[in-house]
Amino acid sequence: MSSPVTPDAPGRAATQPEHRPEAAGPPGPGRRSATVRRFLTSPQALGSSLVLAAVVTLVVFAPLFTAHAPTTADLEDAFGPPGGGHLLGFDSSGRDVWSRLLYGGRNTLGGALLAVAVALAVGVPSGLAAGYYGGWFDSLSNWWVNLVMALPAMVVLLATRAVLGTDVWVLMIVLGVLVAPAFYRLVRGAVAAMRGELYVDAARVFGLRDSRIIARHVLVVVRAPVIIQGALVAGMAIGLQAGLEFLGIGSGDLPTWGAMLNEAFTNIQRAPLFMLWPGLALGLTSATLVLLAASLRDVLEDRGTAPATGRGARRGGADAPTTLDSAGERADLLSVRDLAVTYTLADGSSREVVHGVDLDVRRGEVLGLVGESGSGKTQTAFSVLGLLPEGGRVSRGSVLLDGTEVVGSTDRALRNLRGDTVAYVPQEPMSNLDPAFTIGDHLTEPLRVKLGLSRAQARERALDLLRQVEIPDPERTFRSHPHQISGGMAQRVLIAGAVSCDPDLLVADEPTTALDVTVQAEVLALLRRLQAERGMGVLLVTHNLGVVADLCDRVAVMRDGRIVETGTTERILSDPREDYTRGLLDAVLDDTPARAPWQPREAAQ
Amino acid sequence: MLSFILRRLGSGLLLLVVISALAYLLLSLPGTDVGRHVLGPAAPQQAVDAHNAELGLDRPVAVRYLDWLTSALQGDLGRSWFTSEDVSRALANRLPVTVSLMVGVTLVTAVVSFVLGVWAGVRRGAVDRVVQTVGVLGYALPGFLVTLVLVLVFAVRLGWFPAIGYTPLSQSPGGWLATVTLPVLSLSVAGIAGVSQQVRSSVIEVMGRDYVRTLRSRGLPASRVVFRHVLRSAATPGLTVLGMQFVGLLGGAVIVEQIFGLPGIGAMTVQYTTRGDIPVIMGVVMVTVVGVILTNLLVDVLVGWLNPKARVS
Amino acid sequence: MTDPNSPRDPNPAHGSEPAHDPETAAGGHGDTGGTDPKPLLDVRDLRVSFPGKGWRAPRTEVLRGVSLDIRPGETLGLVGESGSGKSTIGRAVLGLVPASGGSISFDGERVDGASRRRRRELSRHIQVVFQDPYTSLNPSLLVGDTLAEPLLAHGVPAAEARTRVADLLDRVALPRDAVHRLPREFSGGQRQRVAIARALAIAPRLIVCDEPVSALDLTTQRTVMDLLLDIQERTGTAYLFVSHDLSVVRALSHRVAVIHQGQIVEYGGADRVTTDPEHPYTQRLLLSAPVADPGRQSERRAEYERRFHARAH
Repeated sequence: MSSPVTPDAPGRAATQPEHRPEAAGPPGPGRRSATVRRFLTSPQALGSSLVLAAVVTLVVFAPLFTAHAPTTADLEDAFGPPGGGHLLGFDSSGRDVWSRLLYGGRNTLGGALLAVAVALAVGVPSGLAAGYYGGWFDSLSNWWVNLVMALPAMVVLLATRAVLGTDVWVLMIVLGVLVAPAFYRLVRGAVAAMRGELYVDAARVFGLRDSRIIARHVLVVVRAPVIIQGALVAGMAIGLQAGLEFLGIGSGDLPTWGAMLNEAFTNIQRAPLFMLWPGLALGLTSATLVLLAASLRDVLEDRGTAPATGRGARRGGADAPTTLDSAGERADLLSVRDLAVTYTLADGSSREVVHGVDLDVRRGEVLGLVGESGSGKTQTAFSVLGLLPEGGRVSRGSVLLDGTEVVGSTDRALRNLRGDTVAYVPQEPMSNLDPAFTIGDHLTEPLRVKLGLSRAQARERALDLLRQVEIPDPERTFRSHPHQISGGMAQRVLIAGAVSCDPDLLVADEPTTALDVTVQAEVLALLRRLQAERGMGVLLVTHNLGVVADLCDRVAVMRDGRIVETGTTERILSDPREDYTRGLLDAVLDDTPARAPWQPREAAQ
Repeated sequence: MLSFILRRLGSGLLLLVVISALAYLLLSLPGTDVGRHVLGPAAPQQAVDAHNAELGLDRPVAVRYLDWLTSALQGDLGRSWFTSEDVSRALANRLPVTVSLMVGVTLVTAVVSFVLGVWAGVRRGAVDRVVQTVGVLGYALPGFLVTLVLVLVFAVRLGWFPAIGYTPLSQSPGGWLATVTLPVLSLSVAGIAGVSQQVRSSVIEVMGRDYVRTLRSRGLPASRVVFRHVLRSAATPGLTVLGMQFVGLLGGAVIVEQIFGLPGIGAMTVQYTTRGDIPVIMGVVMVTVVGVILTNLLVDVLVGWLNPKARVS
Repeated sequence: MTDPNSPRDPNPAHGSEPAHDPETAAGGHGDTGGTDPKPLLDVRDLRVSFPGKGWRAPRTEVLRGVSLDIRPGETLGLVGESGSGKSTIGRAVLGLVPASGGSISFDGERVDGASRRRRRELSRHIQVVFQDPYTSLNPSLLVGDTLAEPLLAHGVPAAEARTRVADLLDRVALPRDAVHRLPREFSGGQRQRVAIARALAIAPRLIVCDEPVSALDLTTQRTVMDLLLDIQERTGTAYLFVSHDLSVVRALSHRVAVIHQGQIVEYGGADRVTTDPEHPYTQRLLLSAPVADPGRQSERRAEYERRFHARAH
């Protein structure tokens, strides 16, 4: 049935790369230029960086933009209106507001910059070391960070001021140390998560030194989040610093935005508009920094425009032959006609991933839906349940479930079908149980909501279900949380939940793929028995032709969002008509001969 | 659970001692001549020395600290160097103002953020965008600037609330409400921005989890899945952020109490730190750290109750 | 199910395969192969344990005395289920986890507990291909940089590295312009080719393959297996091939070791172990895997139920 793996044909693999054009994408332009382009085409990123650049320019080159000294006071001009080269008028001591604004920005922005620099210098290296090496350094620095974070920055700064004096720059260095944990935690978390990544293990196996691994692999990963965090921390530092100055804590006569706000506040009754300019400067600068951080996040952390389905969405090839189930009448239990599923992508465009599928499942029949990843088989199954992931929708066709149309139904109507007409067994047992609830809760909740059973009745029924799925100690499992049971047990629990309200159709999406092969055999036996006892119809989504042979009456082979071939299991597995099906069968290793015994290399040649 | 709480309280006590030692040593570093400071430049040197000796300042720092620590552990935080006020009593008088402010802010923040966050996370679309924009702005603007704007609009222009002053709850509940409304509102803005964003993104993340689909496939109503299952998992990060906001509130309270003239701990901090009054500053630091430790403990207990997996570690 | 007294192949001289007798291998280390007495990799009584969860918890033994060897150019298949410790053997050989007992020798030299410096030198000879092609490549490094990494680490000049990278891409049948792309632009099978090319870069004598085809689609799996065989034919590199899938191991390996709960329960020629296993656990593995033929599968199922499934109903 299948050809052996061919050790004697060295040319074969080398000349047959997989043809998966959908994954290769266009030839990649340089990453950097792509990032720059994304940055330039994002109005928010461009706008906020332009505003920020303007503020910085005005502040740095303050003498070029104002002819007046910020400290020259003339009480005759106090509260004076704009005019005569005094763009924004005078403050309560008769000083020029515009020049105070520009010079004040120097202190405010410079201080924030210093704080961020100190925080980076302290937080990033310590985070790298703690995350990468772990151990005592990690424990010690975590303890220290918790200590620092337990202190409100404002209180510490006030206390510092009492000790170290009123120098703004000293206060900003202290502030930098106080906010360093923001970087430390970020970097440490990213690095610690990464330390377990296979590519770091791989780098170690390739003989890279730790310093090189950190430089090449680790820094690349934390670069973007650190830049983003830097913008946020700068905004926060500006706010805190202005707050200190507002309290009159900063150094006396230096013009700063905080001090200007303080002055405005004391005159709030007489000249409420004094607050406008320093408030605007401060608000604008902080807001721009946060907006810039938000847009940097979008630009730098771009994960590509994969649809919500991840690898599920693929563009289809040429039109496939007509699907076989379309002829004849529709089955009574499940009948799918011309089903198309479309996803709306992040950029607003849409992509069809299932292109007109026809399927029928009769009562008591097991239909295998077979295909490789990206063939659309799972999307088809979700459509039957009316539970497509976000962004996905049935864009055409009809799904009749026990005579009721699923497509276009209200959620309430679908809810009535789910549980007792159609039920679902997922692939990953662990991620499909809510970790916050016990196994008992999982089983009793639908019984009480759907069937209206009392608490005691639901409990009895649930325990009975656990016995039916051959769980050794039902009472104990009933009380357990999901993380306390094994994957095989969890899958049995999910099967028990699926059959709890006596469904007519079971949609099982790769129900044994995540399990060990010996557990798979047990779960297959369980599914087989429950199906026979209850006479359920089953739509079994799988990539494993052995599972198909074990359970299914009929098979539909799917590829690129279309049904390629449908027939009885016997016929499809022994006499496939389509090349694609034949290719799938050829890849099965069942009858591959074992490799010949080893010969020393010299002898073999 | 009990042993967990006891362990946490124990490590909290350790933290308290370490922080107090660090703070005491740092504060004593510059060695200001307190006696001179209190008695003024004109006082004779003997009087100054005598005053310093009376305050115990002629002894080594370590001895002074141990002395302070032993009485502090018995609830006696000493007297102010400058006003001779009993520190414990002064703190006790001012604590209710600050605590009522912070509890009010936390309740407002929690309710509003969870409503907004869940709404935006479940509905998405336009609602989501509005909540996100408001969140970014609330986060971006420095807290005291928001406070100033609120004062300008609601107190100075519209005159709905008094701009300054405090009426104790026991005196007049209505008056109390009028005096704390603006402070609570202005302190809540940043918290609501941060916590609602966190709740929103965790709701979205949890809504995409596999078990949510499976629960819905059992025929449970979407609202039930959201409120019973999604919210329970999504609440954990929200609570953590709320706890961190609470710590930050102490800093915010400093400015807000100053602006509104509220007789709380924050205003006291500003007053006394400028003079380097170590007993008072130490008192404020101790109260703050105790508050932080208790808050973190409360958050951890809540998280453990919501999420059984976290209970293990 | 595991019988600790009979963990070894009781019938070493099976068929015409080079007689490998684990009895002698485990003990006296005598004749390990008919024609080549010196194994490339020799693992003796290897033990690995991890710290238990929680404070003062006992250590968990993952490997409980594993012995195996690989000759130059040979493939040893290592089959087991999750938690059996199969991947840990590979990681111990690579020096990624420390051995707590026993020895690992490469080309006659003890390498367990080798210094970091010696490890880096050894990496010229021992390489790895991991299971998950999505996480074994750094998502933010260009494919070209990923491939050049081991070359540069071993002092190959940059210009030469570039030509060798192009050559490597040819050998795994990837287009040369792949150097300028990110891993996410490739399918799982293509990424696995990149990982294989990276392992080949410095012409190692042994490659640890940790489930390299398990994450791939059936047809892709087949082409990657062919590639691995082809490379072995041409370069004479040896493989330690770790997998959960008996049929994959059967097609690729000269000899097969079956591991269960940290111990090797059966060890022998690929054909014998995978067609006519002696140990009940291996038999169970074999009968558990369904075959893609309804008739034969129902026979296999019946056989499985007869032997292992003591049905309660």
